[in-house]
Amino acid sequence: MALLDIEDLSVEFGTDERPFRAVDNVSLHLERGEVLGVVGESGSGKSVTSLALMGLIDFPGRVRAARLEFAGEDVLALPERARRRLIGKDIAMVFQDPMGSLDPCYTVGYQIMETLAAHQGGSRRERRRRTLELLEQVGIPDPTARFSAYPHQLSGGMSQRVVIAMAIACNPALLIADEPTTALDVTIQAQILDLLAELQARNRMGLILITHDLAVVAETCQRIVVMYAGQIVEEGAVAEVFAAPLHPYTAALLASLPERSQGRELYALPGVVPGQYDRPQGCLLNPRCPHASEHCRQAAPALRTLDQRRVRCHTPLDAAGRPQS
Amino acid sequence: MLLFLLRRLGVLLPTFIGVTAIAFALVHLIPGDPLEMLAGERGMDPLRHARLMHEMGFDLPLWQQYIDYIDKVLHGDLGLSINTHQPVLGEFMTLFPATIELSLCAMGFAVLVGLPAGMLAAVRRGTLLDHSVMGLSLTGYSMPIFWWALLLILLFSVQLGWTPVSGRISVMFWVEPVTGFMLIDTLLAGDWDAFWSALHHLVLPAIVLGTIPLAVIARMTRSSMMEVIREDYIRVARAKGLSPQRVIFVHALRNALIPVVTVIGLQTGTLLAGAILTETIFAWPGVGKWLIDSISRRDYPAVQGGILLVAAIVMLVNLLVDVLYGLINPRIRHAR
Repeated sequence: MALLDIEDLSVEFGTDERPFRAVDNVSLHLERGEVLGVVGESGSGKSVTSLALMGLIDFPGRVRAARLEFAGEDVLALPERARRRLIGKDIAMVFQDPMGSLDPCYTVGYQIMETLAAHQGGSRRERRRRTLELLEQVGIPDPTARFSAYPHQLSGGMSQRVVIAMAIACNPALLIADEPTTALDVTIQAQILDLLAELQARNRMGLILITHDLAVVAETCQRIVVMYAGQIVEEGAVAEVFAAPLHPYTAALLASLPERSQGRELYALPGVVPGQYDRPQGCLLNPRCPHASEHCRQAAPALRTLDQRRVRCHTPLDAAGRPQS
Repeated sequence: MLLFLLRRLGVLLPTFIGVTAIAFALVHLIPGDPLEMLAGERGMDPLRHARLMHEMGFDLPLWQQYIDYIDKVLHGDLGLSINTHQPVLGEFMTLFPATIELSLCAMGFAVLVGLPAGMLAAVRRGTLLDHSVMGLSLTGYSMPIFWWALLLILLFSVQLGWTPVSGRISVMFWVEPVTGFMLIDTLLAGDWDAFWSALHHLVLPAIVLGTIPLAVIARMTRSSMMEVIREDYIRVARAKGLSPQRVIFVHALRNALIPVVTVIGLQTGTLLAGAILTETIFAWPGVGKWLIDSISRRDYPAVQGGILLVAAIVMLVNLLVDVLYGLINPRIRHAR
């Protein structure tokens, strides 16, 4: 049984007359212990997808899915209370801004113990022991002293370690890390990623790593999902996708990596992700795509399967990076 | 912490000088003098008037009177009331508990109703409830105290007869003043009927006086709460699987309270100003009514002393709020 099975998940904001699809029929699949990278520019719907999974989309956002199963359990059918027992315990999430993720009014220890109290109970003494153990696990020096520290007394890297400790407190089967390193220094980024990878391996967690850093994906993930304007445009094993991207958008993302640049100038895909009011007709990428044809401007491509990989393009690229017709 | 308090006290000094100067100048700017007021309509022989004014030192230049006054104040002497010949400080202290009792109850009412109302409005923003709470609080804020008091008296005291029109306790009761707080004194005396009577007398003035702070607290809580709810740590708290109640009361409220506490402190000034009107309308024997009476009698020492003491209390409360602020907000506590 798959750990996570999402089929046709859509999240809409805005009014009924002018709905805005932030997430458009996204299907995701994750096995136990698997590491999945989700990449895409800002505004491509990566975060909203995970928030929908956590049940954190508030009114007026609307979440719909043909299937949203976690460990065989239909999450959307669960009542509020039962769902809350799941999130924070079996599905946990680490957010982008570690400094903002901790409540400034409570100590680090209190906030970790709070998660334990909500899901596992146990005596205060047990929770305290477990919290110290967690702080140790995420590599915080002198856990006893840090236990009673307030968030403003911690650096960004330390805060993120605390947030991670909070997330893994109940040994979740699935951890979603939403750009966990974006707000951190480059040197700290590597440490946090190593920590996540280590914890993932040790606890055999499923890990969804949302990022716009392709290098991170190459290093840590087995599979990659590329999102654009709320849709999945390509999915496949990391090695294959990196070797020969099928979708022009993936190719553009890869080409803009510094280590892949040819010549003096870094490649950049012109334009931005379309918002609510400037959705193009046909393929959503067509105004920015170097290979767009008349057909691309008319008809929206469907996500189709090409030997073990999925791609949403009328003319996927071949190994040499030329569109096939 | 000690350094912080000293620094704050240092800032208070110029405020003190300013308050005394303004109080002194304003009182002397009002036409008439205490003797004319005492003499009433029949008037007084100008020669006798001049002699008495000289005896009381009111014929000296104003700046000289001011310096004399400051000198006495610095030695802890607020002077004698011209009207009663009692020390101003003593009079103030006998009446002050009545004002505190009224103000505390008013503030209690404002906080107990304003905080939940503001929280509800924030959590259910955009709904009918939110709009009604905000509409009502705007109305309450804009309502002149004397008008609001009269409306309530008309409805509850005159039409419905639920509460007495004025006073602090029914004349039937006499209670030994131990603390000066009628509610506590009646309880200490074990006299339940007297307690009920005192409570009945207190309800309307407390509501009237608490209305403006209530409106301010409700609006402030709402906006502060809405700001906090959008914070990342609230989303993290929800992602931990905590119940909505816990997220709101433990995480959102505590953070939202930080600015609200400041506002509550600032409202004490408004409260004491409002007490003057409220006490006059309800014939509440407190400092406010005493001040108004002293003004109409041109009782210079009483008015000056009263204003000075009220100003001191407002400043003290604000100092207290600053300390309290540090207790709620660890970031401030550690910054010192």
